[in-house]
Formats: sequence, structure tokens, C-alpha cells
Amino acid sequence: MDWYPLWNSLRIAMVSSVLVFFTGIFAAYYVAKLHPVVKGVLDVVLTLPLVLPPTVVGYFLLVLLGPRRPFGGWMLDAFGIKMVMTWYSGIFAASVVAFPLMYRTARGAFESFDKTLAYAGQTLGLSNTYIFWRIQMPACRQGILAGAVLAFARALGEYGATSMIAGYTPGRTATISTTVYQLWRTDNDALAFRWVMVNVLISTIVLLAVNLLERRERRR
Amino acid sequence: MGLSVDIRKDLGDFILEAKFETEGGVTGILGASGCGKSMTLRCIAGIVKPDWGRIVLDGEVFFDSERGIHIRPQNRHVGYLFQNYALFPNMTVEQNLMTGLLSYEKDKKKARAAVEEMIERFYLTDVVSHRPTQLSGGQQQRAALARILLSRPKILMLDEPFSALDDFLRWKLELELLEVLKDFAGDTLFVSHSRDEIYRLCDQVCVMEKGTSGRVIPVRQLFEKPSTKAAALLSGCKNYSRAHLEGEEHVFAIDWGVRLKYQGTWTEPIQNIGVRSHYLHPIPKAEANKKENLIHCDILQVIEDVFSIVVMARPKAATTNEPIRIEVSKEFWQDFSQKEGIEKTIWVQVPPEHIMLLN
Repeated sequence: MDWYPLWNSLRIAMVSSVLVFFTGIFAAYYVAKLHPVVKGVLDVVLTLPLVLPPTVVGYFLLVLLGPRRPFGGWMLDAFGIKMVMTWYSGIFAASVVAFPLMYRTARGAFESFDKTLAYAGQTLGLSNTYIFWRIQMPACRQGILAGAVLAFARALGEYGATSMIAGYTPGRTATISTTVYQLWRTDNDALAFRWVMVNVLISTIVLLAVNLLERRERRR
Repeated sequence: MGLSVDIRKDLGDFILEAKFETEGGVTGILGASGCGKSMTLRCIAGIVKPDWGRIVLDGEVFFDSERGIHIRPQNRHVGYLFQNYALFPNMTVEQNLMTGLLSYEKDKKKARAAVEEMIERFYLTDVVSHRPTQLSGGQQQRAALARILLSRPKILMLDEPFSALDDFLRWKLELELLEVLKDFAGDTLFVSHSRDEIYRLCDQVCVMEKGTSGRVIPVRQLFEKPSTKAAALLSGCKNYSRAHLEGEEHVFAIDWGVRLKYQGTWTEPIQNIGVRSHYLHPIPKAEANKKENLIHCDILQVIEDVFSIVVMARPKAATTNEPIRIEVSKEFWQDFSQKEGIEKTIWVQVPPEHIMLLN
């Protein structure tokens, strides 16, 4: 059994969840402070990938990153970086579809944060940086952690947009999900089943880890 | 010196117009919930920026719209006790207290010693490593106060500090708070909707109604001589009648349909009179023709309260449906109703010195 899809899926999911973790928190924090109208519009734009079919997201990504499109072409000409049909193309797809999950859960956590805690910190003379990192973030940890896990799980399971932008090349762009589809399509049921079980196993481990973390949190 | 506030802020539902000055001691801000009391504190703390005005504490300008001054809350050194105490949930009691002196005390040893001292002073020794959610309401309040005092505030602002507590604890904590306030050198603002708390804890009081603050007056004056119906209502008076003066000694209570004698002088025009329920005395029928300032009433209802009897009655000459409320001790009522028999009417005397003339 060639383990490349496992390794590729994991690195795509990891890199994109780290990316999404920071951008999601950043967006959630600043969008919450904006004017209601701007906030409403931005919120729709940022959440759109969650409700659009992944193939539509894939289409948009191809329009942006394709070698014959302005940005994709410029990246190729100027830096020699091919944006599509490489292993890291999967990162773009996974990041875009996982972003709304991180953004929305983080925003929910920030919105339910008791602002009097921040006010109390200010009147005690604590800097805003201290208040954000040492009071607000820990208070919102549950929500942010949940968002990160959801984003990771979604990135790991990404299929539609990935298949369009990274394709399926064994040993190069194959991920677990694209491999399962390819194996099933070519009547290799036994191997497809093994990959399915691998996927189920990883997802179970992730969810168990979250539950354990949550329980420890509650005991503290 | 002291605190001087003169600000305006549009809050959508109403306009906050707070204007008052204090000179040391404990100043109460009394008002119904949602009248702008907390918003006033937030403006003083710098959490909220007023639209217009000036805030000065001990000569230091916190806010001045004309000169474009708006000092950050971090630099105002205001001790703000929030209604929910605002202890940081992710920190232990000790860590919470540490944040109080984080901004100025860089010496770890000194900081620890100061925190140690506060922990003892506020009886928190047993719970130093507990988190806020594991503390009782009283311990939370003590921890929050200790944290505030460690930050060396120039003024203390207490926002409904007892609203989250049950009755018994409230009483106990009030006594503790009284001690703290006595030791505190700077001004204290005490926001509450409870007249009893204000009466017990404050030296002077400022009544706030729908965003507008009144004058700062000695607490006793509010309870003995409130000048408006709003102030009288807040001070707990329950009986009112529209009224106009008749000569220099009498007032005609329109709603009750009686002419009453009053004591004291009054210059401003009056619209209402108020009488507290426990100053209304039931009089035996036999003595009714010998006394003055009587209201003859129909008894509507006799309600037994925990420690007293409340008689709801309507003056016979009443022009409105609003009943008056008479409150007497249980012993008195037992005695009275035995001697008088159970009657449908009652004669009530209004002592001239207890008629409050209200603007």
C-alpha cells in the first residue's frame, strides 16, 4: 500500500488549518468591531465558501490561479511558481473551504466574551495587548479550539475543489479523498475500503482528542 | 479637588446629561435601572466617550471635548467595581490580584508581598489558588475589591455591588464594604437603585432620572425633605396626591379631597404632596372630632406583611382610584382592631410635620 495520500492529506490539512487559524481569528476580531453595514457585507463574503458547492469554489480558484489567468500567469512568469496541479494547490482549496468554519466559531466566541472583563482590565491599567492575549483569548479558548478542529477536519476531508485545482496524480497530488474516489471508480473496492477506514480512524482520533481536552478544561 | 462631571451623550433611547461635583466622601448615585447611572461611570472610567463635556478628577482633566482631551482608561487610575465583579475566569484569585499592580510594580518580590497582604486583609487565604467560578459571591466581591485597591485608584466607583447577592450576604458584605470605604482616602461613587443601601453607605446623594442628574445633596435631606416626586419615589415614599397651597399653613390635597395643615416653609410652586405610609396614624373613631388633619377612608384591604400590617384605604372624598397605604406594627393593629372592632372605614391622621411638599 502506497502511503503517499495519507502524508499528503495530513500536510495539506495541517498547513491550511494553521493558515486558517490565524486569518480566521484575525478576521473575526476585526470584523466584530466594524460598522454594522460593512460587517454584514463582509460576513456574507467570508462565509460564502461554507455554503457554496466545493466545485464552485474550485471554479473561482481556477479563475484566480490558472496559468492562463492574470494572477496565476504572473506567479508562473515572475517566480516560476505553478499554482495549480501541484500538491500545495490542495492547500488553497482546503484553506478556502475551511476558513468560514474557523471564522464563524471564533467570531461567536468573541461575541459571547464578557466585555466587562476587558473594561476591568483597562481600568486596572493593563495594556490592550495583554488583555487580548491573556484574558480574551483564554476566555474564548473553547470556541477557538472547536473552530480549529472543525477547520482541520474539513480541510482533511476536502474533495471537490481539490480535485479541480490539484487533480489526481498518484504520488504527487493524490489525497485520501481523491484516492478513495479514484480507487472506487476503477473497481478497486478492497483498497478503497482500507483508505476509508484510515480516514474514519483519523477523524475519530481528532474528535476524541477534542473531547478529552474539553473534559480537562472543565475540571480546571 | 474632588470629582467634577459635566457631560452629555446621546444614547439613542435618551440623552445622558450628567452634571455633578463631589468633594470627598461617599457619593451615591440613585436611580431606577436603565437611567444612565452605569453609563455615567463608564464615561468617567474612559470606557465610553461622551459626545460633549468635561470630566475632571482632583485637578486632572480626564475628558474635555473642547480641548480634545480623552485620556485612555489605563491612565485614569479609576477603581471600577463591576456589577458582576469581572474577575478574570482563566486566572486564580492570586493571579487576579497580581494583575492589579502589574502596570506599575515591576519588582516581583514586592508585588507578591503586596498581594499577600491583601489576601490576608480580605480573608482570601483559603482560596488563593481557586478560580473565580469556585468562589462564593462574597469572596468574589472581596477578591475584586482587593484587586482594585492593589491598582492604587484615585477614586472608587462601585456599580450596584450587592445586586448579585442574596439578602443575608448582602448585609454582611455591606458592613465589610463600609470598613473599606472608611479606609479609602479618595472619593467614592456608589451607584445603586436601592435607597436603603444609599442611606446606609453614602454621605451625599445625587438622584438620576432618565439620564438627567440632579443636585448632590446630603443623604438625610433626600429622605427627610425630597423636593421632587421622582426623588420622593426613589426615597421610598408611596402616598401622593396632587395638591395646591391654600394660605400659608394649609395645602389642599386634590386626589384625597381634603385640606391639610403642614409645617415648614415653602417657596417654590408645588404640584404634589407625599406622605410615607408609616407616618399615617389610624385614630379611634371616638377621637375623630377632637383631632385635626384627618382623612376619613374606606378600608379596601388589610395585608399582613412580615413585620407589619399594611392597610390599603381610599379617602371618602377621593377624586381618583389610587388608594393610600398605611403601615402600622402588628402589635398596634391587634390592639387597635380589638378596641375598634372590625370596621369598614378608618380615620387616619396626617402629622403636619410629615407632609412633604413636592415640586
